[in-house]
Amino acid sequence: MPVLDLMSGFIAELRNAGLPVSLTENLDAMEAVKVIPIEDRDAFKYALGATLVKNNAHWRVFETIFEVYFSLRGPEYAITQDGQPDDFWREMQEQIDQVNGQGEGKGSGGGMDSLTPEEINAMLMRALMSGDQAMMRALAKQSVQRFAGMEPGRPVGGTYYLYRTLRNLDLENMLQKLMDANRESSQQDLTSLEERLEKDEFESRIEQFKQEVESEIRRRLVADRGAEAMAKTLRKPLPEDVEFMHASRDEMQSLKKALYPLTRKLAARLARKRRHGRKGPLDFRNTVRHSLSYGGVPADPKFRYPRPAKPELMVIADISGSVAAFARFTLMFVYAIQNQFSKVRSFVFIDGIDEVTKYFKSTEDIGEAINRVNTEADVVWVDGHSDYGHAFEVFWERYGKDINSKTTVLLLGDARNNYHAAQSWVVKEIAKRARHVYWLNPEPKSYWNTGDSIVGEYGAHTDGVFECRNLRQLEGFVENLT
Amino acid sequence: MKPRFNDVATVRSGLKKVNYLADDGIAGVVFLADRLGKPVLIEGPAGTGKTQLAKSVAELTGARLIRLQCYEGLDESKALYEWNYKKQLLRIQADKNSDSWSEVHDDIFSSEFLLARPLLEAITSEEPVVLLIDEVDRVELETEALLLEILSEYQVSIPELGTITAKQIPLVFLTSNNTRELSEALKRRCLYLHVDYPDLEREKEIVLNKVPDISENLADQIARIVRSIRQLDLKKAPSVSETLDWARTLMLLGIETIDAQEAKETLHILLKYQTDIAKAAKELSVTK
Ligand SMILES: Nc1ncnc2c1ncn2[C@@H]1O[C@H](COP(=O)(O)OP(=O)(O)OP(=O)(O)O)[C@@H](O)[C@H]1O
Ligand SMILES: [Mg+2]
Repeated sequence: MPVLDLMSGFIAELRNAGLPVSLTENLDAMEAVKVIPIEDRDAFKYALGATLVKNNAHWRVFETIFEVYFSLRGPEYAITQDGQPDDFWREMQEQIDQVNGQGEGKGSGGGMDSLTPEEINAMLMRALMSGDQAMMRALAKQSVQRFAGMEPGRPVGGTYYLYRTLRNLDLENMLQKLMDANRESSQQDLTSLEERLEKDEFESRIEQFKQEVESEIRRRLVADRGAEAMAKTLRKPLPEDVEFMHASRDEMQSLKKALYPLTRKLAARLARKRRHGRKGPLDFRNTVRHSLSYGGVPADPKFRYPRPAKPELMVIADISGSVAAFARFTLMFVYAIQNQFSKVRSFVFIDGIDEVTKYFKSTEDIGEAINRVNTEADVVWVDGHSDYGHAFEVFWERYGKDINSKTTVLLLGDARNNYHAAQSWVVKEIAKRARHVYWLNPEPKSYWNTGDSIVGEYGAHTDGVFECRNLRQLEGFVENLT
Repeated sequence: MKPRFNDVATVRSGLKKVNYLADDGIAGVVFLADRLGKPVLIEGPAGTGKTQLAKSVAELTGARLIRLQCYEGLDESKALYEWNYKKQLLRIQADKNSDSWSEVHDDIFSSEFLLARPLLEAITSEEPVVLLIDEVDRVELETEALLLEILSEYQVSIPELGTITAKQIPLVFLTSNNTRELSEALKRRCLYLHVDYPDLEREKEIVLNKVPDISENLADQIARIVRSIRQLDLKKAPSVSETLDWARTLMLLGIETIDAQEAKETLHILLKYQTDIAKAAKELSVTK
């Protein structure tokens, strides 16, 4: 299929995945592919990216879709047919023979196919040891062909094939083996620094090899099923749309990455807003200065901007099991922009409650503070299952008096109270004293007040309950808060 | 207009000649910017060569670099143009009696009384230019709107004079440190380039190119250590400029291979926060 025909499906899929591709950008992309040949693969990818992706957080989603749609393009990506060694394979064969010290004549025409799994494994180790890229790529292809057990039309996902391939290669123990071999082969003892650097290098090569295997599997799946169907099975949410409650480890990582730029932007925006909020009295000097542009006529009056007081914040978060990630992100978020508040205090609970403000005060490292919250805070009272009622009662007893008319209180959790007593009077009392009380719930609205969720009962006393399933919603809420 | 570059590879090798180490992504986008006649918006962490890219492209193409440094409060009169009031006043007074007002008016609003600021200057230049709009995220949203006409039409409208159109389409680079989201309108007009920390090979090349007399071995070690440190969860990862500072320091100290002790003593050049330094020292099993 010519490139231009592939483009419409490709761009449609980007839109399906949530990327905001405008008409202009679509047209630019069409122009771009005319001037950069697809064989120039990396440049081609980045050129397309430059016209279509204007937010770096969307890059990974773009890359995946790119691979699916353009994976069968470009000569070096052609799939070699079984039992038909091309030039590359012949060359490879020579290498293999050399390595094995068997000279000519072995396994005539068999290429890599004649190798035993042990031999493949040994070759992989050598390739990783020396960082031989071409060899690594060839071995990735060969391994998939030999070990993945892919059959046309089989309704199995890529991860299954990946797992099978890697298991056969014993990749889990590869790092250790490489480190051992490296230690043996080096003349002097390696210092701990050198060891550490070698380890990082091997890890990155193994990771690269894994990605080659993954790409190869994907290419074969695309060849079998077609790009459209593949793209659909691979469709992933953008980082800002990943649900806190169901994020995989990988997604957690990308969430964390997306969090800081977001908070930085938000902080800058808030600072600006504070400066430019309401108009204050006329700024005489500034007006006169600008009047020079109008021949001395003060045509453009300038005003001073008053600085509104910053709110005080108290965050009270359920950190039990399923909502832990949500609590963690919200705390990180709040502390990352703590300058926007005159004071931030934080409390965490499961069935007992503990103040954790001090962990954030003693370090600049929010990540470390969060770790301490998770390991050191005293939050279990009886059995370690959420008991909002008890936690709230204790909170009121110990800290209720600290709430005043400048305080904004945030309650975080799914309000799944395990059928304990609600003690919602506490929320009512808090609301009486505080400036505002809000509840943030990481569950989809449709789940609220089902089963043991009693968010409605608590929410009735607050200024509002907000669904907060992902970063996008969290950011929106915090922006309106300050 | 004749394209400036034949293909992506020429851009890459050309940039290397002026000591800028690009990857295929960077070179590809610069190439595309020339072919499509579109500005490039460059984002990425601090100190990764965003500003330098514009300077190096100017050097490579033999163009004059015109730079608009953005800051909060930057306005039209500093970015685009301003009427030279003093001169206008003098002209009005000199001709008080002779000319009619309409003649004077036409006269004082002619290009003779116009002070061109960087954007207008870039457009009206006879010689080839590269326009660098640096740190565009610092201006207010409203000021950003000033740029739109230039970036899409390569022209400036001056109410008293009419529209001034570019004699040649300049290469335009905008950089941003991402302190705020730029408007959709601006992004739509630009090609987007995210410049991240370079990979091991490229960082090593940068060090070799920028630090005189450094050995291959030391450059390699530096790039490796920096890569390992960047993998940690840090408040602020070391930038390319910090890698370069570190390399220069090690050269000054006459170090040929870095050992744990030396790494520890010089980590503060690479990292700015105490917590980061402590973390890195621990991770590299550099005992304190
Ligand atoms: N690819 C590269 N090739 C050569 N030098 C580079 C490269 N990348 C960065 N540098 C060097 O790193 C230093 C920092 O670059 P530069 O000032 O352009 O960064 P920046 O991204 O604009 O940073 P900031 O966001 O702080 O403005 C410069 O000395 C530059 O020469
Ligand atoms: Mg810069």
